[in-house]
Amino acid sequence: MSRTSLVTQMLTNDRGGRVFLAVLATVMVAVPVLNLLVPESSALHVSTYTVTLLGKYLCYALLAVALDLVWGYCGILSLGHAAFFALGGYAMGMYLMRRIGDRGVYGNPDLPDFMVFLNWHELPWYWHGFDSFLFAMIMVVLVPGLLAFVFGWLAFRSRVTGVYLSIITQALTFALMLAFFRNEMGFGGNNGLTDFKDILGFDLQSDATRVTLFAITGALLALGYVLSRYIVSSKLGRVVIAIRDAEDRARFIGYRVELYKLWVFVFSAVLAGIAGALYVPQVGIINPGEFSPLNSIELVVWVAVGGRGTLYGAVIGAVLVNYAKTFFTGALPEVWLFALGGLFVVVTVLLPRGIIGLAGQIKTHRQAKASKQSEALT
Amino acid sequence: MKPLHRLRGMMNRRRALDVPPVTAERLDVSHGPILYIEGVSVSFDGFKALNKLTLYIDDGELRCIIGPNGAGKTTMMDVITGKTRPDKGTVFFGQTLDLTQMSETEIAAAGIGRKFQKPTVFPQHSVFENLELAMQADKRVWSTLFAELSGEQRDRIEEVMTIVGLQELSKGRAALLSHGQKQWLEIGMLLMQNPRLLLVDEPVAGMTHQEMDRTAELLVSLAGKHSVVVVEHDMEFVRSIARKVTVLHEGAVLAEGSMDDVQNNPRVIDVYLGA
Amino acid sequence: MGFTTTGQRRFALNHPFPHFRPTLIVCTLLALLSGHNALADDAPPVAPMPYADAIAALKDRSFDLKAQAVDALVQSGNPLALAALKALVDGDLYYAQDDGRVVIAKDAAGGVLTTDAGSGAALGEAVKRDLKKIIINNTMRNQLRAAIARLSLASDNPDARLSAVLEILKDLTPEAVALLRTAREDEQSRRVREALDTALAIADVNADNKRARLAAIDELSASLYPEARNVLVPLAAKGADGEFVEPDAEIREAAAGAIRIIDGKREFYSTVETAFFGLSLGSVLLLAAIGLAITFGVMGVINMAHGELIMLGAYTTYVVQLLMPHHIEWSLLVAVPAAFLVAGLVGIAIERGVIRFLYGRPLETLLATFGISLILQQTVRTIFSPLNRSVETPQWMSGSLEINSVLSLTYNRLYIVLFSLMVFFALLAILKKTRLGLHVRAVSQNRAMARAMGIRTGWVDALTFGLGSGIAGVAGVALSQLTNVGPNLGQSYIIDSFMVVVFGGVGNLWGTLVGALSLGVVNKFLEPWAGAVLAKILVLVFIILFIQKKPRGLFPQKGRAVEH
Repeated sequence: MSRTSLVTQMLTNDRGGRVFLAVLATVMVAVPVLNLLVPESSALHVSTYTVTLLGKYLCYALLAVALDLVWGYCGILSLGHAAFFALGGYAMGMYLMRRIGDRGVYGNPDLPDFMVFLNWHELPWYWHGFDSFLFAMIMVVLVPGLLAFVFGWLAFRSRVTGVYLSIITQALTFALMLAFFRNEMGFGGNNGLTDFKDILGFDLQSDATRVTLFAITGALLALGYVLSRYIVSSKLGRVVIAIRDAEDRARFIGYRVELYKLWVFVFSAVLAGIAGALYVPQVGIINPGEFSPLNSIELVVWVAVGGRGTLYGAVIGAVLVNYAKTFFTGALPEVWLFALGGLFVVVTVLLPRGIIGLAGQIKTHRQAKASKQSEALT
Repeated sequence: MKPLHRLRGMMNRRRALDVPPVTAERLDVSHGPILYIEGVSVSFDGFKALNKLTLYIDDGELRCIIGPNGAGKTTMMDVITGKTRPDKGTVFFGQTLDLTQMSETEIAAAGIGRKFQKPTVFPQHSVFENLELAMQADKRVWSTLFAELSGEQRDRIEEVMTIVGLQELSKGRAALLSHGQKQWLEIGMLLMQNPRLLLVDEPVAGMTHQEMDRTAELLVSLAGKHSVVVVEHDMEFVRSIARKVTVLHEGAVLAEGSMDDVQNNPRVIDVYLGA
Repeated sequence: MGFTTTGQRRFALNHPFPHFRPTLIVCTLLALLSGHNALADDAPPVAPMPYADAIAALKDRSFDLKAQAVDALVQSGNPLALAALKALVDGDLYYAQDDGRVVIAKDAAGGVLTTDAGSGAALGEAVKRDLKKIIINNTMRNQLRAAIARLSLASDNPDARLSAVLEILKDLTPEAVALLRTAREDEQSRRVREALDTALAIADVNADNKRARLAAIDELSASLYPEARNVLVPLAAKGADGEFVEPDAEIREAAAGAIRIIDGKREFYSTVETAFFGLSLGSVLLLAAIGLAITFGVMGVINMAHGELIMLGAYTTYVVQLLMPHHIEWSLLVAVPAAFLVAGLVGIAIERGVIRFLYGRPLETLLATFGISLILQQTVRTIFSPLNRSVETPQWMSGSLEINSVLSLTYNRLYIVLFSLMVFFALLAILKKTRLGLHVRAVSQNRAMARAMGIRTGWVDALTFGLGSGIAGVAGVALSQLTNVGPNLGQSYIIDSFMVVVFGGVGNLWGTLVGALSLGVVNKFLEPWAGAVLAKILVLVFIILFIQKKPRGLFPQKGRAVEH
């Protein structure tokens, strides 16, 4: 079987994925057209606000795909994925900060505003290089990847699994959040990085830039999805699921379980970092709040709602829950936490396989009912 | 110099990131035994699961190990496969491979396969995929990502499916198999792994008489080319395959010899068969 | 020696004073302030100004005359003088607009409660408008403090005497030294004696007699009062010209040695203090984690809503105090069982309503309970508003236990350390000695077998979970005494609590104890050189690394049962 045929086979076996990719392609074409070409007066016009909002959802969707890869397929419930997202975001934010140049409030050409405010006189060493877009993009991939590598190397080698792993991933993101809140860290402390002006010279406020960012996000989401799908439908994917279901067995037939987990974890962290990097120019700010454990765990619920272990379920979950969040926080802010909390309970107790699994669940339920009835008859 | 040595070990990418090339090629069985267990002790919170156990398995031998509950049979398997580290004693695979210094994966790659007491298969995978995963192959991460089945390998899987009688269920999920079928699948996985030494823990639990006979036949046919260690409670089954039997009691060898010898040994009768 | 022998001057008390004689007044004032009785020896004896007259003299507009009146009060020997002087320095001394009576006024609902400063008789409520405040200046304030200190030196209360000595220590006049020397003779309290010794030694350090000086330096080396060190430093130091200020080398060396001893002791006590802070943080962690140790360690249930159960306990304290505003002293005793019940019942509801459907699926339990934690937070936010509520601290929990001048342990922390240990041992007893404990252990070891033995496992689960949650509530009562009570109270403790349980070893209560206390102490010892936030980060990173090394914690459970 040749490689291309593997890809074809991969997509033929993935009906949900084909539907998702088709919808994504449609949205990616339609939204820019409706925003840029359809006049604002028209009912069909999509406002730039909506474009940015959709772009944000797509970032979340990519993040959700990343988490589904480790949780759904590898059984690693990471409660710290927001950390990778935020690190990617900070790397992008640092580039955008450097782009501001002397257009800041203090007009200092060498230092970002918050450093001037803190009376710093030179750029810390780790800010060097972020003038270059290429360098920043390498960091977007490298920093989350490296953190995941070091953390995963330590954790998986000593066979920290299950809830222990979840708890220490949470501790990791919590520690990072505390660290980034400190002004001395040199990442803008509490306020984070904001007031961005342009990216590669394109004005961040202009419609065209926004639409382009949206389109790039969509394309990278599609790419991330296809790569993830390739991984899970390869033999490596089967090994990973085998590890999830019977770790000892996998070890005894000769797989180095920790390395499989490690590479999937690192790949996932890199995806999360890219999602974060796409997110920052669209929302215009990155602050330590992104590291908060609540964000990580909210992300878990997106995946759970959509249905884990399917990849496209994660996308559906991310978009639905975030749409609900946008709606509630606008209309009934005090209800949102109730709704989110309820969602956690309902999904875990009643919908273990999420929305995607709902159809199957109903089917088995019907079958069970039918077989019961037939039993009663006989 | 030890830390430096370790550092160098970590820097060596092959060792750090992929299965090291410990292979059966280094296996030296020139002196007869393939497995040397010498003076091994393991204790859990003061309870001595193994007490200075010494045991040798010859190359190509089929050995049955019996003993009452808590005699240390499973712990012995755990020690051989690297799941449990002994407090004292040495375990050598052939003349050269010190199993107490190797990880489970390295031990598996060196050619020791294990079937668990409770059948452990990959429930979400099909029978075919279970066997594919167990197959002797390059099990490093990158190779696995791009691995494709060759015709030869496909044939081998088909062959094993026929041997274990699961060819009809090739595409069925392993979770849906009966207990006996899971036992067979696990044995099939052992065959795919093609190890030099097979450790088989209670292979016939939950099997019908017919299935038992077939298992006995299979295990006997494996001996010679492979070494097989069977832990079993079912005396009838043990008698049907046994050439040499070892009786474990309280973590040490109580008696060793043919089934008849063992059965007539007064100490064995006392602690085990006498009941 | 007494005050009555010092110089006195009788004034015509009709005011304003017509016969003002500045020289005499200045002399008298000097004599009074220095306490020197030379003037008394020379001047003809004068009758002391009666107490009532001195009180009345305080109304005078001249600060000088007021000052004289203050001295007269000191010398009157009247027990009421101290209260009047304290009121004066606190700005609570007034005189009535109508009859000119000098009163001590204390704020009360609606107006002020007044007491006659001259007779000590209660005068009942008055309106502030009818009273005029007696004003003092800064010079007088200093004089008043010294005067109060002298009067307090004769107090029956050792604390009052101690603070009096410390006040006098700030300005040691020869007269004051003589005063202290007398006081030293029949002082009973050890603490006051030590303070007196320090004061006398400080006075002797610069005496003429070398032996006395050396003895004083030796005495000071045992003292932890900052004044003791301050007086030694110049003895061992070089002046601006690079020469030693103190010509005598022996004295210099003795002083340097004494400073070293003092510094060593100070360091020791500051270590003890840090350790105490650490222990108190550790016991807070213990309280927060111990309930979790049960639900997580014994039952294997991850309860992310544990922090919110702690928060419910804290809010229960708040509500209890609202319900009994006049009995704040007792409120905590009521709040402990109340919080146990509230949190315990909520816990049982969570277990019966959600968790029991998720046994054997720890990750799902984690998510569901996290959802519950959000709901509980929002509920509290809706009922009590998102703002922090203030919980009052009863009198018996405020203040501190002073071990010596550099080490004092606050009572609230002290009580919380004791309380957390009590809770810990009570819980240990419940699990070891009671039937419920037996059942809990049976179920946690082998659920199926326990059920076969006729144990109602569902019931045991609910009760165990209730117990763990109830203890979280009790922890909330303790926390309400240390931090702000708000909807996010629980969040800040949940990660720490998990860290403690995981660090100590799951399923081992002793591990939780050791884990909590050691993490608390380590955290506090890191704080001085790393800062609070960085210390916390370092501890988190340490635990993350620790778990890699020992995945089962400090005190792991061993055996085959754990492996499978």
